[in-house]
Amino acid sequence: MRHLLSAADLDHATAVHILDTSAEMAKTQSREIKKLPTLRGRTVVNLFFEDSTRTRISFEAAAKRLSADVINFSAKGSSVSKGESLKDTALTLHAMGADAVVVRHQASGAPHRLANAGWLSAAVLNAGDGTHQHPTQALLDAFTVRRHLRGTAAEPDGVGDDLAGLRVAIVGDVLHSRVARSNVDLLTTLGARVTLVAPPTLVPVGVERWPCEVSYHLDEVVDGGPDAIMMLRVQRERMGGGGGATSFFPSPLEYTRQYGLDARRLARLPEHAIVMHPGPMNRGLEISADAADSPRAVIVEQVANGVAVRMAVLYLLLAGEREDEA
Amino acid sequence: MSHLLRGVAPLGGTPTDLLIVDGRIAAIGPDAAREAGSAEVVDAGGLVALPGLVDLHTHLREPGREDAETVLTGSRAAALGGYTAVHAMANTSPVADTAGVVEQVLRLGQDAGLVDVFPVGAVSVGLRGEQLAELGAMAQSAARVRVFSDDGMCVHDPVLMRRALEYVKAFDGVVAQHAQEPRLTREAQMHEGVVSAELGLAGWPAVAEESIVARDVLLAQHVGSRLHVLHVSTAGSVEIVRWAKARGIGVTAEATPHHLSLTDALARSYDPLFKVNPPLRTPEDVEAVRAGLADGTIDVVGTDHAPHTREDKDCEWAAAAFGMTGLETALGIVSTTMVATGRMTWADVARVMSATPARIGRVDSGPRAQGRPLAVGEPANVTLVDPAARWTVDPAAHASTSRNSPYGGMELTGRVVATFLRGRPTVRDGALVEAVVA
Repeated sequence: MRHLLSAADLDHATAVHILDTSAEMAKTQSREIKKLPTLRGRTVVNLFFEDSTRTRISFEAAAKRLSADVINFSAKGSSVSKGESLKDTALTLHAMGADAVVVRHQASGAPHRLANAGWLSAAVLNAGDGTHQHPTQALLDAFTVRRHLRGTAAEPDGVGDDLAGLRVAIVGDVLHSRVARSNVDLLTTLGARVTLVAPPTLVPVGVERWPCEVSYHLDEVVDGGPDAIMMLRVQRERMGGGGGATSFFPSPLEYTRQYGLDARRLARLPEHAIVMHPGPMNRGLEISADAADSPRAVIVEQVANGVAVRMAVLYLLLAGEREDEA
Repeated sequence: MSHLLRGVAPLGGTPTDLLIVDGRIAAIGPDAAREAGSAEVVDAGGLVALPGLVDLHTHLREPGREDAETVLTGSRAAALGGYTAVHAMANTSPVADTAGVVEQVLRLGQDAGLVDVFPVGAVSVGLRGEQLAELGAMAQSAARVRVFSDDGMCVHDPVLMRRALEYVKAFDGVVAQHAQEPRLTREAQMHEGVVSAELGLAGWPAVAEESIVARDVLLAQHVGSRLHVLHVSTAGSVEIVRWAKARGIGVTAEATPHHLSLTDALARSYDPLFKVNPPLRTPEDVEAVRAGLADGTIDVVGTDHAPHTREDKDCEWAAAAFGMTGLETALGIVSTTMVATGRMTWADVARVMSATPARIGRVDSGPRAQGRPLAVGEPANVTLVDPAARWTVDPAAHASTSRNSPYGGMELTGRVVATFLRGRPTVRDGALVEAVVA
């Protein structure tokens, strides 16, 4: 693996391998001394053009626990706002000898440009680009689903297994969601059946070619008995109520009524079904407190798994197959 | 100055000789050699002669963005592309919305002296779409403007569009519309469809073009005016234009080389070289545009040559400028996609790249007449094409100041060998004539 730009680039074997490596990393995280010497002397740059404290500290913790040197580069305001261009930033990081660049950018495809434009030679890890991809989020979601629904007494993390036959519902603003795109790609690669649930205004034109089902009716999907249900964050600016003609739905209240995971819908889910959310949550909008705090919610565990998954990806990018390019 | 083109095939027909004397075509056929006298003999065996190409849609960037292109460098690119005339779009800085600016562009073109530069006038003041520019003053200026366009911006207000269509009738002008409904394309980055859904780039839906084309042909019918639809990019727009022509509406339409040859799948590279407005569309749209050009629904090929500096393209997709260069590759693309595939003849190419654009622009008469037939007595605007030449596009070698060609590394069939502007060679053996450059 040279870069990790998109969950769509992962084949079945690679995806399972990353999840299995993540399981090994997770085990080390229950030890008293969590730090491994694996990436000593390597430099990982967290290049964040967009605020995301949660994702940044998750990557920072992952890199530090592998003993890498971590540089946080907050570059809010890229060439879009006439600051330093992405190219110059990349050349700077290259000159500083970055081995891996973890990039979060508001423009879809920015990590792809960093990896392919010839500006730097570091491994590029996409930590979320615009409305395109967020592959480590999909990996941590897949890890969480596998652990809960495929774990056994002998293999609590479901090592070696995939998600064949599991049914996952992803609910909310699919149009603007890199989490949804990444999960559709990865979960289906791993054999799960994904159903996207959203008002028609929040489903992209062209979705018919995605390897998943689309429903406009959350109640029907809930009654269909999914194994996992993932609630997506609704961005404030997409909402109705003063938003004018370009709002994607009439009002927050109507959204919650039609697409929110409330106590009533929660109760209708199968016994074993888990409730997921990539965070940060809008409690009372896409997810009620009843659902968010219920025993079947694995939302906090997703965060913990994020560190293990990001350790695995950094390890595979920097300690693994890079030798063959030396 | 006189030249005898030996063994040339006018419009791809039977090889013959063509004699150019004092800027005019003096003889064709056996007479040519007899009357040649001391004319320089050009071995044109295997070459096709076309009337000098006329572009209705060029961005020369001067005044204002001389870092991307000047009238001189754009003229060089045009001559190398086989053009003897280009229409310079109005979205310069300052905007070409007054007689003063269009006369400045006219003069810069005359100073460059490689092609006839015909300034296009803005429809609205500052391209803002709010108030008509002084169209009459531009029409009556030394630049004799006949084509008016806010290209880059859509004249989206239906009342303003109606007024413009009506007003230009007084001087036989035409309104060239950039059809893009602005509300449906806010923040739009690429064609809205399967690929945009995958890439997470904001969509530019076909309906945003088609709804304006539909409205405008109905307006043109209502007021009885000439409408020219720039860069038709969707199958639906082709259908609407076809319908309008069947009803006798005075509409003409343009296809660009890139909408004849490239699809939205190229956006998967996230390389802004492929970012253009209107965006690259689906293979079905490309096929519809080709079919429309072949059956005459689409009247002309216009380059929409849109040079941009490296910094405006060497960045992330959303931050990049829209547009691609095209003057130096247009004939090769048309030849490769339409002629080599048997869908059009060289006579058709002469129609869509010379005669019809000159007629739409009303530059087909007078002392600087363009787009005239290859006939005795006509101005010797002649482009020689090697129809069999296979060549690989190298943007670094382009005469344009800018390098944003999407065709780098692509192999094309059919290449411009020579260009004559009123009998004077501007290009020989595929290179600018040095005396002209100096």
